[in-house]
Amino acid sequence: MIYFDNSATTQALPEVLDTYRAVSDQFWGNPSSLHNFGESAWHLLEQSRAQIAKLLNVMPSEILFTSGGTEGDNWVVKGTAIEKRSFGKHLITTAIEHPAIQNSMEQLEQLGFDITYLPVDAHGQISVADLKAAIRPDTILVSVMAVNNEVGSIQPLKEVAEVLQDYPKIHFHIDAVQGIGKGIQSLIFNGRVDFVTFSGHKFHAPRGIGFIYAKQGRKIAPLLTGGGQERNLRSGTENLPAIAAMAKALRILLAKEAQSNAKEREIKQVISEHIKSFEHVTIFSEDTARFAPHILCFAIVGVRGETIVHAFEQHDIYISTTSACSSKKHLASSTLKAMNVAENVATSAVRVSLGDQNTVEEAHKFNQVFDQLYDEFRKITK
Amino acid sequence: MQYTEIMVRYGELSTKGKNRKGFIDRLGSNVRKALHEFETVKIQANRDRLHVSLNGADSDAVMTRLKMVFGIQNFSPSIKVARTFEATAQTAEQMVREQLKPKMTFKVNTRRSDHEFPIDTNEMNTRLGGYILDQFPELTVDVHHPDLTIRVEIRGNGIFLTSEVVQGAGGLPVGTGGKGMLMLSGGIDSPVAGYLGMKRGVSMEMVHFFSPPYTSQQALAKAKELTGKLARYSGSIQFLQVPFTEIQETIKEKVPEGYLMTVQRRLMLRLTAALAIKRHGLAIFNGESLGQVASQTMESMLAINDVTTMPILRPVVSLDKTEIIKIAKDIDTYELSILPFEDCCTIFAPPSPKTKPNLERTRLYEARLDIDGLMQRALDGVQVSEIKAGEDFLNQQEDVFAELL
Repeated sequence: MIYFDNSATTQALPEVLDTYRAVSDQFWGNPSSLHNFGESAWHLLEQSRAQIAKLLNVMPSEILFTSGGTEGDNWVVKGTAIEKRSFGKHLITTAIEHPAIQNSMEQLEQLGFDITYLPVDAHGQISVADLKAAIRPDTILVSVMAVNNEVGSIQPLKEVAEVLQDYPKIHFHIDAVQGIGKGIQSLIFNGRVDFVTFSGHKFHAPRGIGFIYAKQGRKIAPLLTGGGQERNLRSGTENLPAIAAMAKALRILLAKEAQSNAKEREIKQVISEHIKSFEHVTIFSEDTARFAPHILCFAIVGVRGETIVHAFEQHDIYISTTSACSSKKHLASSTLKAMNVAENVATSAVRVSLGDQNTVEEAHKFNQVFDQLYDEFRKITK
Repeated sequence: MQYTEIMVRYGELSTKGKNRKGFIDRLGSNVRKALHEFETVKIQANRDRLHVSLNGADSDAVMTRLKMVFGIQNFSPSIKVARTFEATAQTAEQMVREQLKPKMTFKVNTRRSDHEFPIDTNEMNTRLGGYILDQFPELTVDVHHPDLTIRVEIRGNGIFLTSEVVQGAGGLPVGTGGKGMLMLSGGIDSPVAGYLGMKRGVSMEMVHFFSPPYTSQQALAKAKELTGKLARYSGSIQFLQVPFTEIQETIKEKVPEGYLMTVQRRLMLRLTAALAIKRHGLAIFNGESLGQVASQTMESMLAINDVTTMPILRPVVSLDKTEIIKIAKDIDTYELSILPFEDCCTIFAPPSPKTKPNLERTRLYEARLDIDGLMQRALDGVQVSEIKAGEDFLNQQEDVFAELL
């Protein structure tokens, strides 16, 4: 099997599952319990938190565990809205965010908040001038993703941070679900950012676990109230086996980050160099520093994305239409639409997303299969 | 940026006349203690400056430690480069790049102690300034109030470049002020009081009262771990644990509820004073802040202080809780202090302790107790241990967990 759908999810590493298993076996006490047994679970929880904080060069108290990226995004958007509603009701985001942001914003819109969606250019990037123009006295949040999940464009986060330096009261959120471990940590932790969303299963940790970074002193309202866990900001008994497993997965991810990125970039190049010469192929993910190393989005114009995915699947190669979330809804990619790509091209788009376990050999195999399929598609692309 | 040496400027001790040598020697040895794990580091404590030669040691790690040594006003990391203009320019460029901000102004400030060197002060200022402007056209020169000053020192053994001045911890070197005993509970205030005392040069010992089974092993471990946090400012600290169960039980039995706390505090103070005399301490420190709780009114202080003539120093006496919390966060004791373990001050706390205890009545109630016997047994049971900087006590399984993570 060639698994080229790492932006949808990744396989949990065996050594990460070892930790999951060992913690479930030995430290299954409730971290909130008063007794020794619960106490050691609590220490493991805090040690996991401290490890994650150290890896990201932030303070342990700035790491808060969640159930994943969707919760993190919902929390920062709605938590900011609740916390700061008396200061203003205007939020700014981009036209190409993950549905976890987009739909949270829409929900807020129904509650009377005002949302500005920043447009993107043909490279899938927002412009700082648009951002500047959109900021109002009642703006409370600017939420920008680090790496777009459909085409892999990297947003100008440093420039956004610079603009927001002049607006210290606005919460600045980055959805870094696709951005962690992709060589852009200094863009994400840019000195101005207040909140960052992360999801474990995108970097070989189990499902159902994630965390947010919340800068010291920045307040958001909790969405989950209850027993007061996570400093009373996110109640619910801590998912300790998954948390410890995620701390390990993050350590492994960052230890080989540069090496993995170089490999992913090479695989992306091998494929895009090969397919770009075909007449009906349009590539959306440039091979430049403006795009993440692991996402390659392209279209074979005239063939529906869904058809391409199933054709590759016949050869045991797994890719996706532009995002796992929208792929079953037969919707054209919303990112491509925002990039002003014509509807008939957008519906032909597919996404190859790479992980560090992929190899250049797999890329060559992919190219062979591509040639064969392209030939078969000729009947309909003519 | 990896620096090659660090120049340390002294704090207040510069003004201390005759004692100067003693202060400098003590600071030198404290710096040595703080940096002992960096084997290649060489330290030279001179009359007006202290030089740390890194010889390959990680400058960031060394600076992190230096920031915790009292008696240092500030320090500047510097880089030694070859005695050529090219080498100087290259390193200066890197320094500017790392600190670059939009619309930044800068200047070059050269000192030439080696007059053999062909480029003189003015020429170096102009040439290097010009070179930097060429590399970073967005910069401007401001010789009066620059955002960034590149200092160039031309010496016989090399050219030294520095641009940063890092604030030190200030205060006086620990150990120059004699020994004090800190009454350490486990709350937020007492570690802060200990820190502030140490900042004024006091060599601090911790006195902690524990009352098993009413207080847990975790509460004791917490006090020890707090001591480990404070020990980062002095290398190590003596921790004195005083058994307090019998005294608390006896007081509970014989003293009216409104005076429980007052009498209990008097016993704690008596024991601390006895330990101070035995161990050559000169003063007692505690975390009392005026008016914060019942035992911290002036009436209470009068009734409690009555048992000793030894100075009781209260570094946080006039600070608000929020100010104390801010310091606790800065010195990284806050998160520990708020762990919810019962300590000996809270377990028998009556619902309404007297905020204005009467001194005569306090003495009368205390007289019901066999003070000498109670004290003797408590003092016989004192256990002393040495706690090192950053030592862990709460998390006994740290290594096991590290394997898992």
